[in-house]
Amino acid sequence: MSRSRPEPIQVVKQRRDAALNALLDSVPYIRFLNVSFDRRGDELTAQLNFKDKHIGNPFLPAIHGGVTAAFLEITAMVTLNWSHLWERIESGALDPEEMARGVLPRQPKTIDFTVDYLRSGLPRDAYARATISRSGRRYASVRVEAWQDHKDKLFAQGTGHFLMPQPPKDKP
Amino acid sequence: MADKTKLARQFIEAIPHAKELGLVLNDIGDGMAHISMPYDTKLIGDPETGVIHGGAVSALMDTCCGAAVMSHPSAPGGTATIDLRIDYMRTATPGQTITTKATCHHITRSVAFVRAVAMDDDTDRPVATAAGAFTVEGGF
Repeated sequence: MSRSRPEPIQVVKQRRDAALNALLDSVPYIRFLNVSFDRRGDELTAQLNFKDKHIGNPFLPAIHGGVTAAFLEITAMVTLNWSHLWERIESGALDPEEMARGVLPRQPKTIDFTVDYLRSGLPRDAYARATISRSGRRYASVRVEAWQDHKDKLFAQGTGHFLMPQPPKDKP
Repeated sequence: MADKTKLARQFIEAIPHAKELGLVLNDIGDGMAHISMPYDTKLIGDPETGVIHGGAVSALMDTCCGAAVMSHPSAPGGTATIDLRIDYMRTATPGQTITTKATCHHITRSVAFVRAVAMDDDTDRPVATAAGAFTVEGGF
């Protein structure tokens, strides 16, 4: 039995990072909110890089509930899209260089999103990870958890439903 | 009562993130708030269509719901979100201001219940609706 030699590490990392960066750089709102992503294999962790403009209540101070909601929604959406495109990025069907030039597949669309606020968001960085509970051909259900100092002390969690982009009719 | 509305207005207008989003408080009082968010390219979520990101709509809805709570005659002061659900009915038309109206329809000593609707220029078809529960906190 012969199997193909594994690709060199640089090639693998370069392809995955370039594809992820292309997805993130294409969305102005992700930059506006100062959200970045950390990748380990296909696993993503989102980071809300704290800025004073994230404050909602200046007297506490605390992160704006809308910022928390948006951070969770970005995490859910990017994680879902990333997982949806993963196979095509790995197979080479999607070219990271073309993606960086703006040739991007359609994104999923949010149907609904619910956020539970468990404790107030402190004025410092926050982290979030999304889990895809179910990803069907048309709909997906995604859970997100967000924390600041301790991963087991969540400050917010969310769940959302998404409409998946449909493949063009001529290519079933 | 007028003082309370004034305090709520001052509080909303002092929120750093509301300023960052460019939110405009159109009207507030008696458990109702009306806030708009002018179109801005920095808030785009879908580069291909120029549609605003759902997260920005969430932040607008959350601010508006909180403002409605603070302006309720039975609310003594501040508030924080306990839970907020947003339904996205359609994509907002790129280039148009998104306007939200929130109503605090019930309030107890501890919890305020709020509903909100977001619209663009086509006021017959909502862009999104929201329902949430908020805390009722002490005075400012």
